[in-house]
Amino acid sequence: MEFALSEDQRMLQDSLSGFLKDAAPLDTIRKIATGDKAAADALVTGLDDFGLSGLHVAEDHGGLGLGLLDACLVQEALGYAIAPSRFMATTVTAHALRHGGEAHLPAIVSGEMRIGLALTELSSRRDGAGVTVETGRLTGTSLLALSAAESTHMLVADENGGLHIAETPDNVAMQTIDRTRVFSEVRFAGEKSELSLQPDDEVLAVARLLTAADTLGAAQAMIDKAVAYAAERQQFGRVIGSFQAVKHMCAEMAARLEPSRALIWHAAHALDTGEPEGLVMATLAKSHLAEAGTFIARTSTEVHGGMGFTDLVGLHYWFKRIAVNRQLFGSPEQCRMDAARLQGWLETA
Amino acid sequence: MDLSFSPEYEAFRKQVADTLAANAHLAPTPEDRGMKNAKRQAWQKLLIEHGLAARTIPTEYGGYGAEPDILKSRIIAEEFARTGLPRAMSNQGISMLVPTLLELGTPEQKAAYIRPTLYGEMIWCQGYSEPGAGSDLAALRTAAVSDGDDYIINGSKIWTSTAKQADMIFCLVRTDPSAKKHEGISYILFSMDTPGIEVRPLVDMTGTANFNEVFFTDVRVPKSGIVFAENKGWQVANATLTHERGMLGDPNATKARLVELVELMKTERVNGERLIDNPLLRDRLLKLHGEVYAMQANGLRITTHNLKKESAGLAGLVVKLMGCDLNHEIARLAIDALGELGVMYETGEHLRADGSWQSRYMYDLGLIIGGGTAQIQKNIIAERGLGLPREPKLAKA
Repeated sequence: MEFALSEDQRMLQDSLSGFLKDAAPLDTIRKIATGDKAAADALVTGLDDFGLSGLHVAEDHGGLGLGLLDACLVQEALGYAIAPSRFMATTVTAHALRHGGEAHLPAIVSGEMRIGLALTELSSRRDGAGVTVETGRLTGTSLLALSAAESTHMLVADENGGLHIAETPDNVAMQTIDRTRVFSEVRFAGEKSELSLQPDDEVLAVARLLTAADTLGAAQAMIDKAVAYAAERQQFGRVIGSFQAVKHMCAEMAARLEPSRALIWHAAHALDTGEPEGLVMATLAKSHLAEAGTFIARTSTEVHGGMGFTDLVGLHYWFKRIAVNRQLFGSPEQCRMDAARLQGWLETA
Repeated sequence: MDLSFSPEYEAFRKQVADTLAANAHLAPTPEDRGMKNAKRQAWQKLLIEHGLAARTIPTEYGGYGAEPDILKSRIIAEEFARTGLPRAMSNQGISMLVPTLLELGTPEQKAAYIRPTLYGEMIWCQGYSEPGAGSDLAALRTAAVSDGDDYIINGSKIWTSTAKQADMIFCLVRTDPSAKKHEGISYILFSMDTPGIEVRPLVDMTGTANFNEVFFTDVRVPKSGIVFAENKGWQVANATLTHERGMLGDPNATKARLVELVELMKTERVNGERLIDNPLLRDRLLKLHGEVYAMQANGLRITTHNLKKESAGLAGLVVKLMGCDLNHEIARLAIDALGELGVMYETGEHLRADGSWQSRYMYDLGLIIGGGTAQIQKNIIAERGLGLPREPKLAKA
C-alpha cells in the first residue's frame, strides 16, 4: 500500500511548474488577460512542447499513456500559474474517446485536431440554449464552452447526454470575470456529428476533477502569497503574521486545502483503477474544492489588506479563476445533487 | 500510488477475520460496564494473546511482541470496524503512559506497571491541566517539595478523566520553582490511594461527570515514582501529548458516523418524506460526505508517510482541528435533520439512537477544546506548518 506520488509524477509536476514559473509570470498572464495574442500563442506553443496533448492518450495511439492522477498534477500546476491551456479540453476528450473514438486520438496527440469542450448539456442547460441531434446533425447553442476559440473540433454533449465530435461552428467569446481563459458561446447550425458516443458519466466526472485540480493549484498559490505577505508586511512594529488574528487565517486556509490535495489524488486514482466509488469521489472533489477555494480566495485577499484589492498586486486573477471554476461544469450544489443521484440516494424507498 | 495490499497482508487480514469470528461469542456487550469488568478484562487478554491488542509491546511486559507494522495495525482496525466487535481497551494508561514508560521508564517501573495496565487491571489517570494551566500547561503550579526520599505534594488538577476509578496517576508537578517554567517540572507516578488526595467529579454539559477535579493536600509520595529525571518532566510529557493529538480526529471513526447519519436520513420520515429527500438537508449531508472523503484520503497519505518514517507535515498537523470539527458537524446535521425530535435526550420513547447524537454533539465540542484547543492547533499549523513567527513575548513590566 502506498498513497503517494511516484518519483516520475513528482518530476512531471516539478518540471512543468519550473517551466511555468519562467514562461508564465504574472506580467505574462496580465498581457494574455488584456488580449496580447502573441503572449498567449508563445505560452501555448511552449506548453505544446511539453507533450501535454498526448498525456492521457494510450501509447498504442501515440500518447504517453498516463492516467488521471498525472493529469491532475499537470492541471494543478497550470492552476497554480493561472495559465491558459488547451490541456483540460484535450484530456477530457481523450478520456471520452478511450472506448470507441480511438481513431481520432492520433490527430489530437499531433495537434492537428484541436479540441474544445461544449458540455453544458451535462451540467446545467439554460433556457434559450441546448444542443439537439437529428439525422446525425447538431443544432443549438452551448454556453461557456472551453477552449473553443481556435479549435478545429468540439466535444459536444447533446440534450440526452450523448457525446459527439463535430467541427467547431461559429462561436463568440463570452466575457467572464476570469480573463486568463477564453470561454465561448458555440452555435451549431447543422454540423455533422463525426462520431457519436453513448452518455458516459465519467466524462463529466473527469472535467469536474480537473477543474478541482485547477482550483487546488490556484488556491495553493493564494495561500503561498498570503503567507509570504504576512511574514513580510509590518504594522504596529511587527510582521502581521505574528498576530494570531492573521496567523489563524493562514492556518485555516492550509487546514482546508491540505486534505483536499489527498482527495484529488484519491479520486483520480479511483477513476484510473476503475473503482466504483471514483465517480462520486470526483464529483464531490469538485464541490469540496469549490468551497475550500472560495474560502481561500477571500481569506488570502483579506490577509493582503487593501493591496489584495488592487489590480497592481494581481491577486484578483487567482480569485477570479477560482470563482469561475466554482461554477464551471456545475455549481457545488449541482455536484452534490449529482453525487446523491450517483449513490442512489434520490430513489425513494 | 497503490492502494492494494500484498498477499502477505491479505493472508494476515484473513487470519484476523477468522480469529474474530471464532471468538465473537466471548465479546463483552454494552451491559458489561465498568473499567475493571471481568468480561472486558477476559476479552482484552484474548485479544493480546492473538496479537490484536498490545501488539508491539514486548512479551516481557505482557504484550504480544510483534514488530511494528502500520499496515497490520490498519488491517486490525479495519476488521474491528467491519465486524463491529469491541476493540482493544483504550485508556490513558494504555495509550499514553505505557509508551512513555517503554521509552523512558526505569526497569522497576516497566516491570511493575506495564503488564497490569495492558490487562486492564491497573487504571491510570492523567494529572496535567490545572485551573491556572490549560493551554499554557507549563504554567502549572502543583508543588512537589523534597523531603528525604519523598516529595510532599500540594495543589490541584482539573479535567482528570477516570480519577474516580484510577489506581494510579501520572502527574506533572513543579519540583524547582526557581527554574524557568519549562525546566522545573517533573513527571511522577503515584498511587491514588495516598492520603491527602480528594477527587471531586466535574459534571460537564452532557450531564455526565466525564472529568474530575483532584486536590492534593500534603500528599507524601516516594521519589522513585519520577520518570526519566527530576526537572525533565516537560520533555517526558511532550512525547505523549503528540500521541494524544494524533488519536483525536481518526477519519475511520468519522466515516462510521457519516454512514450512521446516511442511514438515519434514509429511514427517518417527516411529513411522509425521508429526511434525505429534503434538498437542503441532503445538500448539507453531501457537503460533509466530501469532507469525510478528504480526511480519509488525508489519513491514507499520513499512513504512507509513517510507513516511510517521514514527517507528514501539514497533512498531519491539521487532523485534530479538522477531524474534531467534522465530527461535531456530523452530529449537528443529525440533530437538525431530526428537527423537533432531535432535542430529545437520555430517555423517552421518541428518542432516536439512544440520544447519542445530542451527547456526541456536546461531547465533540469538548474534544474541539480538549487536547489542545482549536486556537492552539491553528498556532501550531501556522508556526510549524507555514513557518510564521511566534507571538512575541510581552516585555517584562
